[in-house]
Amino acid sequence: MSTKITLAKGLNMGLRKAMEDDPKVLLMGEDVGKLGGVFRITDGLQKDFGEDRVIDSPLAESGIVGTAVGLALRGYRPVVEIQFDGFVYPAYDQIVCQVAKMTFRSQGKSRMPMVIRIPFGGGIGAVEHHSESPEAQFAHTPGLKVVACSNPVDGYWMIQQAIACDDPVIFLEPKRQYHADKADLDDTATPAPLFSSRVVRRGTDITVLAYGPTVKTAMAAAEAAATEGRSLEVIDLRTLSPLDMTPVYESVRRTGRVVVTHEAHVNLGLGAELSARITEQCFYSLEAPVLRVGAFDTPYPASRIEEDYLPDLDRVLDAVDRSLEF
Amino acid sequence: MTQQAAGGNPANTAGFGPDLAEVFGPSQQDGGPELVQLLTPEGERVEHPDFSFDLGDDAILGFYRDMVLTRRIDTEATALQRHGELGIWAQLLGQEAAQIGAGRALRPQDYVFPTYREHGVAWCRGIDPLDLLGLFRGVDQGSWDPKANNFGLYTIVIGAQTLHATGYAMGMQRDGVVGTGDPDRDAAVIAHFGDGASSQGDVNESFVFAASYNAPVVFFCQNNQWAISEPFERQSRIPLYQRALGFGFPGVRVDGNDVLATYAVTKAALNRARDGQGPTFVEAYTYRMGAHTTTDDPTRYRLSDDLERWKLKDPIARVEAYLRRNGIADDGFFAGVQEEAADLGARLREGCRALPDPSPLSIFDHVYTELTEELEQQREAFAAYLESFEGAQA
Repeated sequence: MSTKITLAKGLNMGLRKAMEDDPKVLLMGEDVGKLGGVFRITDGLQKDFGEDRVIDSPLAESGIVGTAVGLALRGYRPVVEIQFDGFVYPAYDQIVCQVAKMTFRSQGKSRMPMVIRIPFGGGIGAVEHHSESPEAQFAHTPGLKVVACSNPVDGYWMIQQAIACDDPVIFLEPKRQYHADKADLDDTATPAPLFSSRVVRRGTDITVLAYGPTVKTAMAAAEAAATEGRSLEVIDLRTLSPLDMTPVYESVRRTGRVVVTHEAHVNLGLGAELSARITEQCFYSLEAPVLRVGAFDTPYPASRIEEDYLPDLDRVLDAVDRSLEF
Repeated sequence: MTQQAAGGNPANTAGFGPDLAEVFGPSQQDGGPELVQLLTPEGERVEHPDFSFDLGDDAILGFYRDMVLTRRIDTEATALQRHGELGIWAQLLGQEAAQIGAGRALRPQDYVFPTYREHGVAWCRGIDPLDLLGLFRGVDQGSWDPKANNFGLYTIVIGAQTLHATGYAMGMQRDGVVGTGDPDRDAAVIAHFGDGASSQGDVNESFVFAASYNAPVVFFCQNNQWAISEPFERQSRIPLYQRALGFGFPGVRVDGNDVLATYAVTKAALNRARDGQGPTFVEAYTYRMGAHTTTDDPTRYRLSDDLERWKLKDPIARVEAYLRRNGIADDGFFAGVQEEAADLGARLREGCRALPDPSPLSIFDHVYTELTEELEQQREAFAAYLESFEGAQA
């Protein structure tokens, strides 16, 4: 049956479905119970699944992730919510030293089927530490898998796939999209594999790589460029670790030009890795250097100027122009 | 800056409750009056109003054997490090009673989260001591299956495992294996850590979580007085066991060099947890007679007098004194245990040298549950690179 849903609703429905399908799935985090989370992603789940499965935690991020490690070792599949991107750092040791390495150091005898949900990115006019994009720090960590959803339908499917995954998954949710656009969900469809990228708009002149909140930006840029006769191909990366480069290489070999856009800082961001891999694999196809459009290498600024800081449609088009003129 | 200036208890606490010096008392070198003890350093059995040792002399003979063999594992591994067979070793010398008492209080269904020094607890859980050496030799990062003996992998990051223990205990609650009244079913978790770890955020967060959820976990702290070079006073201005009350659960200080008391107190704490009465903090008051690890040099930061005083409280010597004085064991028994220790030592020496290095390509194994395409490509490229040397070496 087809229903119109927001990203928040898609995630909520996906969590509910995962909990119905597997009694070992638990949700834990700050305010996820009665309140339903500060963004209402877990709305109504404690009421239906009880306090043992939807757990309001003390205000301690390392405690949330660290106890989730113990629950996972006991055979549960914990899904923890970090309330905001900038609050994940107290849990950094547990994520990087414990969660990421458990499978490796135990040589597969212990597994960490855990999902760490992080609302990420800016554009909501928040105070500091509420608008960050820390994905590169986790994509840089072997043992973790990192994905970012960009739309309501992916939210519904990807959260279920992440929960079913036996490896720990950092699950990034573009918070400014939570309650923005609606999309048609057909819950009888077969979803694409979790760790796969997807071409979301076909084009011939240049390839634009995006994920999470910048997919919408890239699509708007493609729409605008089309009115000027330029054909942009847009790829929603979806998975940041491991990267799914096959559709990227295929696209770049056709277009010869690439712009990568993300809200994270450009320096050592995902764009740097994508640029390096494309250069290694598509060197003779490139007509221009890979260009990156991201946040400046500064801390996140006060929110009244955040739209100047974040990559927007015009900055993506500016990079497209520079690439095409190269 | 003197200790007082750095934050000593102010004399005048008017309006801020009682004088803390009166509440906690002066610093107590031998553990203070609240130390639970059932066997004195001289080997005399003594009574305690709240805790008693409920096993017979056979069990004490077993504990003696456990402690001697554990000490042998430790001295053998230390020697293997000196011979270059281990990269490093974390010694437990002096902490045998704390670990054997705690380890023998466990039931099979309980679960242990160790630090990297719990060689005695590992022994009690049936882990082959040879398996402990792999980590320190550098051939693996813990080769035993945690599920086989309910004994987790050693944890290097100080205190991180206390949260895992609490989460695991929360899982037991959800599995319905707490407070059923069935001794074969009810289970608890024990989290090991040291006085240094008591300063870690993770340890304090684990106390908050365990108290909040009434989790069946025993926090077993071996206060061995030293965190590498830092004395206990650098970690806490009050006896550690008294911190527990502030988190909302009981704490008790036990003579960590007394295997009978450690066993009795840990057993009582585990029973509370299994019965659904929540967490307990056990501070096993002991002393690290050796170095922090084989790379450490305690002569740089502590007086040999200190060590000499603690040698008089040796955990093994007092049990031997008890067994001999009461005619429970004869020379034959002690010689038999020594012979067993010698055999164990020989097996460890031989076994350690025979531990094979892992293959270079095993680097890629088990990073994820399945090899990713990215890693498969790296692995293939590395294999081809390695093969490219084979002709050159001939």
